[in-house]
Amino acid sequence: MTEKFRFREPELAKKIARKIANIAPADELIKFCHVCGTHEWSITHYGLRSLLPKNIEVIAGPGCPVCIVPASEIDEAVQIAQKGAVITSFGDVLRVPGSEKSLLEAKSEGADVRIVYGLSDAIQLAKNEPNKEFVFFAVGFETTAPTTAIEILKNPPANFSFLVSHRLIPPAMELLLGLGDLQIDGFIAPGHVSVIIGLKPYELFPRVYRMPTVIAGFEPNDVLMGIYMLLKQHKENEAKLENEYSRMVKWQGNLKALDVMNKAFNIVSSNWRGIGRLPNSALKLKDVFENYNANKKYDIKVEQGRDILLGCECHLVIIGKIKPNECPMFMKTCTPQNPVGACMVSSEGTCRVWAISSELSFL
Amino acid sequence: MCLAIPALVVKIEGDTAQVDFGQGVLRHVNISLVDTRVGGYVLIHAGYAIQTINDNEALETIKLWKEILSKEIE
Ligand code: SF4
Repeated sequence: MTEKFRFREPELAKKIARKIANIAPADELIKFCHVCGTHEWSITHYGLRSLLPKNIEVIAGPGCPVCIVPASEIDEAVQIAQKGAVITSFGDVLRVPGSEKSLLEAKSEGADVRIVYGLSDAIQLAKNEPNKEFVFFAVGFETTAPTTAIEILKNPPANFSFLVSHRLIPPAMELLLGLGDLQIDGFIAPGHVSVIIGLKPYELFPRVYRMPTVIAGFEPNDVLMGIYMLLKQHKENEAKLENEYSRMVKWQGNLKALDVMNKAFNIVSSNWRGIGRLPNSALKLKDVFENYNANKKYDIKVEQGRDILLGCECHLVIIGKIKPNECPMFMKTCTPQNPVGACMVSSEGTCRVWAISSELSFL
Repeated sequence: MCLAIPALVVKIEGDTAQVDFGQGVLRHVNISLVDTRVGGYVLIHAGYAIQTINDNEALETIKLWKEILSKEIE
């Protein structure tokens, strides 16, 4: 594992940055879009934008799975908690605003809401306390969805059910390409989503949209290398699908993970906070697992929620249309301590990443 | 939230493995989504191994980078 450190080696980073500068066009503005909160964290934390020529921009698309859960689904979780079931989920999910309140606010009013590191911990809680009802609020992209799927297939305890909010990344990327006024010259595709889904789901971007697409890892040199590969395609007027993160991402993805996802879920259309309804963009439990569907179990379905508070520009931040510091509330009325929108709440939200990073330079 | 971290498999008991994230602290993770063995590396996300890691592939990546980077004259 010692080689892992080369992925952070400053000398190598400088070399890649020089290459980028060498092949970058003199003045044409180029925008590459990533769709992953972890990429944004790497880019901001390591100050990678400062290594790029001024006319090469990296923008953040809808890569924060917590940020894009619509308020209506937070409202469902809150209502289930208020009916007396224990809601379990990842820490970030608890603070995301619903139409009226977040799960954390529901907890302060007496609801039993607990943070878990992963689904297996939640199931253990249900086994330890068999006379309580437990619900796992399953948020996350394709990276996380197989962990939900595998547990559903393994007959979880009868006092356990799922509120499934999983979303799929490729439909969101496709949406961005349909927004006529958003400039994108290439995609940095998300490494860990790709570990699961492989390369195939991205093939349409170069083929149909002529959009250069490179799957990249998360070390600073991975990201720089991804940018270099995109720039090279751009320069040579090519649109290809390339895999910078081949040490983790296989062409076919993780077949076991894809198999359990196929068995547990159907793909459905769904709402994304700040974006609206996207076709074939979410996972829903198959009917045979009805007993584990918390919506059915507690007879709760919220159709409409209030996603964006007045003045919050999260809907524009989420699609990479504006940068956090272009929102008038950024670091004024909206701070990590007092977040207004979902993008400031989640540790992967673009506003929060920008707020807490001091643009450390790693060179 | 798609954060995933490599870890060394120390012990396997059915679907569960004890893994070491590098500090010698062992954690139980679920390994039913991968085929791994004691002594192998896995990529862990939210308590589940989602991929097996092969050290050679990391070396291959570095080699590939060198190739790509040396292709054009500076
Ligand atoms: S800074 Fe706060 S208010 Fe502005 S877009 Fe981000 S989350 Fe919304």
